[in-house]
Amino acid sequence: MSAPLLETRNLGIRFGGVQAVRDVNFTLAERELRCLIGPNGAGKSTFFKMVTGQLQPSQGVVLLRGRDISYAQAHEIARLGVGIKTQVPSVFDGLTVRENIWLSASRAHSGRRAKAAVDEMLERMGLAAIAGRIAGQLSHGQRQWVELGIVLSTDPELVLLDEPAAGMTHEEVQQTARLVREINRTKALIVVEHDMQFIRMIAKQVTVFNQGAILVEDTIDNIMRNPQVRDVYLGKQAAA
Amino acid sequence: MNARGLNLIGLAVVAAIGLAFLILTPRFAELDAVLELTVYVIMAILALSLALVWGYGGILCFGQSAFFGLGAYTYAIAMFNIGESTVPLLMAIVVPAAFAALLGYFIFYGRISDVYLGVITLTVTLILFNSINSTAGPEFHIGAARLGGFNGIPGIPPLNIPGDRNAPIDLEGMFYLSTAVLLAVYFGLRLLLASRFGRIIVGIRENERRAELLGYDPRAYKLATFTIGAALAGLAGCLFANWGAFVSPTIFGLAQSAQIIIWVIVGGRGTLIGPIIGCVGIQWLSTLLGENQPSGAGAFAALLSNAPLVLGAILIAFVLLVPRGLIPTLGDLVQRLLPARRAPAASAAFHAEPAEKTQ
Repeated sequence: MSAPLLETRNLGIRFGGVQAVRDVNFTLAERELRCLIGPNGAGKSTFFKMVTGQLQPSQGVVLLRGRDISYAQAHEIARLGVGIKTQVPSVFDGLTVRENIWLSASRAHSGRRAKAAVDEMLERMGLAAIAGRIAGQLSHGQRQWVELGIVLSTDPELVLLDEPAAGMTHEEVQQTARLVREINRTKALIVVEHDMQFIRMIAKQVTVFNQGAILVEDTIDNIMRNPQVRDVYLGKQAAA
Repeated sequence: MNARGLNLIGLAVVAAIGLAFLILTPRFAELDAVLELTVYVIMAILALSLALVWGYGGILCFGQSAFFGLGAYTYAIAMFNIGESTVPLLMAIVVPAAFAALLGYFIFYGRISDVYLGVITLTVTLILFNSINSTAGPEFHIGAARLGGFNGIPGIPPLNIPGDRNAPIDLEGMFYLSTAVLLAVYFGLRLLLASRFGRIIVGIRENERRAELLGYDPRAYKLATFTIGAALAGLAGCLFANWGAFVSPTIFGLAQSAQIIIWVIVGGRGTLIGPIIGCVGIQWLSTLLGENQPSGAGAFAALLSNAPLVLGAILIAFVLLVPRGLIPTLGDLVQRLLPARRAPAASAAFHAEPAEKTQ
């Protein structure tokens, strides 16, 4: 019965001659919070793109609660309850903050309920005061919050956050960490992040990617002590 | 004054001007002026179809004239075969829409990029032009209707009061009908754009990938937009075939396709009233230039009499100087002149204390 929320088996993708991701066996339980770390180009974002249907894997499968979604369309996967905040804030630039959130909320709710959900989300993200502003004219940090609001408004079961703390001030990073923990009370999350302080604030289990494969999976404390991980980040080791 | 209030005032103004135009024009204008205005109105419906597809849907379709021409030809052919105009009118809407649905299916579900979408729609238009153009012989006929090739189809029977083939609509009636249709299309599109569907297609125009990752299927929404646009263009084509009682392959020509895009560029994307104004303005100017055939001597008069050249210059000027088009630029000006409606003090309050809320 209880298939894990997300499972990948031997997942891999090849771009031309380059094997960008290979043999990733990844499992995430319901309401688990997992951090993905690893140097640039380790395949973390590519992994996210395969899970969300933006890229189709060359090998292996992606299972969402046991259901094969390897070749599903991005919008179908979103409807199954997977939400993603991309690395570069991706919002509806020409629309107001309120319209941004509404577009998302109205996918999950209809009519009056969508409207109520928008107000609630604007309040929750601290966006109520700028609800009428055009999203494209906001600062990078503000757009991050708008995108988080968009992602959460579809009421996903699994939230993928690609570098949510990037470009944020120290205070905003702490706010984001609190938000992540709050989301985690009801939803599962995978967070890609470089900021180790941020990861310390939120993580229990950490998965380390290197050169397209999983290097190690362990608790945050063990990961921090792991010499292999340190080598990868400092670039001493040529191959995993 | 909030945005909603401005919006309502705008709608009321358009409705008032539209109704006044509808009621007053035939009373005060000569019949030839009414005829001229009728074709402007019909073309304005065509302009609205691209205003939806390109301006709101973000789909740059170079082949809007293909659907316009298909509507005109469908009406003409059906009319010669049926004789009563109710079914031909409906077919002039349904046939181009079905054609667009089929073409759009391959374009959008094949995930063909925007550039190729332009190329394909333009090519389809030119294929239609060449195909119809070479059907001059008597062997090319559909039922009782001869296609006529480059000679076109003359003497197309006019629309009649639905159900009564002996009650044709006269020239003045065509003005009333076309203007009423234009108003209906305009307000219909306003409703459509205010609906959930309309807001989603604008979202897809703004950020297709984002919309997709929220669970909307951009292919389906774009296909629906494209199809609605084709239906409206077909409706305009039907009225056009009525207006001159004539249709020829030039309706599919490059010049016609380009004109529609120019109307929208001049008037402004992302508005409905803009393309109507752009369309009427450009046509009025074309007629004006056409009337002033080389009357004076000198290079300047000769230059002015060259309508395509003048129109081309206008287009270049607009693209360079008013890239967003007439109406959005005017709108910005008005907003700047009005006293600041809402100070952007909002940003100061941003995230003053959101941390506690997220605890």
